[in-house]
Amino acid sequence: MIQKELMTVVAQSEIAKNIFEMTLKGTLVDQMDEPGKFVHLKAGEEVTPLLRRPISIARIEPEKQEFTMIYRAEGAGTNVLARKRPGDKVNVLGPLGHGFPVGEAQTGQTALLIGGGIGVPPLYELSRRLNAKGVKTIHVLGFQNQAAAFYTEQFALLGETYVATVDGSLGEQGFVTDVVNNHGLKADIFYSCGPTVMLKAVEQLHAAPHGFISLEERMGCGIGACFACVCHPSADETGTSYLKICSDGPVFKAGEVAL
Amino acid sequence: MSRMNIDLPGLSLKNPVMPASGCFGFGREFSQLFDLSELGAIMIKATTEEPRYGNATPRVAETPAGMLNAIGLQNPGLEKVIGNELEWLKQFDVPIIANVAGSQTEDYVQVAKEISKVENVHALELNISCPNVKTGGIAFGTIPETAKELTKKVKEVSEVPVYVKLSPNVSDIVGMAKAVEDGGADGITMINTLLGMRIDLKTGRPVLANRTGGLSGPAVKPVAVRMVYEVSQKTNLPIIGMGGISTVEDIIEFYLAGADAVAIGTANFVNPFICTELIAGLDQYLEKHNVDHISELKGLSWK
Ligand SMILES: Cc1cc2nc3c(=O)[nH]c(=O)nc-3n(C[C@H](O)[C@H](O)[C@H](O)COP(=O)(O)O)c2cc1C
Ligand code: FES
Repeated sequence: MIQKELMTVVAQSEIAKNIFEMTLKGTLVDQMDEPGKFVHLKAGEEVTPLLRRPISIARIEPEKQEFTMIYRAEGAGTNVLARKRPGDKVNVLGPLGHGFPVGEAQTGQTALLIGGGIGVPPLYELSRRLNAKGVKTIHVLGFQNQAAAFYTEQFALLGETYVATVDGSLGEQGFVTDVVNNHGLKADIFYSCGPTVMLKAVEQLHAAPHGFISLEERMGCGIGACFACVCHPSADETGTSYLKICSDGPVFKAGEVAL
Repeated sequence: MSRMNIDLPGLSLKNPVMPASGCFGFGREFSQLFDLSELGAIMIKATTEEPRYGNATPRVAETPAGMLNAIGLQNPGLEKVIGNELEWLKQFDVPIIANVAGSQTEDYVQVAKEISKVENVHALELNISCPNVKTGGIAFGTIPETAKELTKKVKEVSEVPVYVKLSPNVSDIVGMAKAVEDGGADGITMINTLLGMRIDLKTGRPVLANRTGGLSGPAVKPVAVRMVYEVSQKTNLPIIGMGGISTVEDIIEFYLAGADAVAIGTANFVNPFICTELIAGLDQYLEKHNVDHISELKGLSWK
């Protein structure tokens, strides 16, 4: 069920250049049943910035009624968010959308998780759930450079982890797809989140027989009512079919969307 | 809540608050959040004869106290709107106002004729003011004579009262209102969005793929209030006012300007529960201020 709640900031810190990790507490966490869903939030009651911001869920801790999100402070909305301190309130709407289906990976299988930049966070909760289920995870994380990288150690604790940076300042120099190819990584299933160009390249890899990708788009409502976030399905004879990223996604079966 | 019920042509409203077209889809998403029967009415997303995909993304951009959108009238087309959406909406005790759009007169006439036959459609809202499509839409909304002719043609075929949605992108809003009144309109809804643009400093290009978009939200409220104020004094048509409403005080302001009912657009994106919260809040406001019926407030700013 979708809820709206004034949640309390439990912790906030800058974990990489302009990348913030924030933990929020409230009963809305009870509704968070799947990794890959997102929250739509508003940092203040002011009319500027007016709209909510979609941010993915990086970690869910049901016992504590807390969840963690990781975001880049890059615009008016996220900059206001970045100034929040423990005890402050944030207006949260969520959880929204359809997440990563953990059930598609079987116990004993291997899953390849490929993330780029601010697309890395939702893969963290996904990896925790997969590991809890006895699925082996391999992580390939791509960042612009060392200063922008985060959570590499946390992922390493869950499974084999490779890092790629565009300038080679951390891990291997190149793109996530180069890492997958260079190491000949193979898995039973893949899950990916990141910029659309990256997802497009990931879909061309033949590292796993099937997989799921998570898309990003500018949003209005976040719940499927405004048609701001549409994309074309790959099978669309008339040219008028559409999928809404906020409510049909953000996670889609690889190949389902025309990227 | 007898101090809030309103009777307008075709519409017997429990209360004067309804979601604006394009900001509520066809209600499905919001039905997971609250009972749609609580609403005064629902203005559904613009319907065209054929399905439309709309414009490329990005389609929305944030602006100070507002937003720009260039959705481009995306909708599943007349057949599906009638067969799936309106059919589904029948389970709720709420009148539907069908927003009708097209590229040429025949499109409007065709959609109006068919959609006005549907049992839960109690009124039409002629969208002659969409700034986000290349043909039709706005052209009908900026030339008084064209607007009048279109209204006449639609009135001939419609089985329910016809409201015309005015564009603020004109120099003489009263002239437009009088033109559609002459054309036989039963009411006016106003305002649609104001044509605007944002340019990305990094790329040097417009932010929206469509380049221009319609401005809505609190930023446009003073424009809407002024226009309702002017039009309500010069026509006898009832007015459903909208543009930047997000609080009970905003609703009161539209009433004082001369509105008979109000619609809520962009605010649904900021708070999807806004319509029900405003309905409850409005009733409390009227009680606190000893207003026996909301219609007493209509036009008090100029009466
Ligand atoms: C995303 C979006 C989509 C809209 N789509 C329509 C539409 O399909 N038909 C229409 O008549 N108006 C449409 N509008 C205009 C609104 O119904 C309303 O007239 C306008 O936004 C002003 O009200 P507001 O400031 O409360 O949003 C749309 C507005 C927005 C923001
Ligand atoms: S953001 Fe409104 S439909 Fe997706």
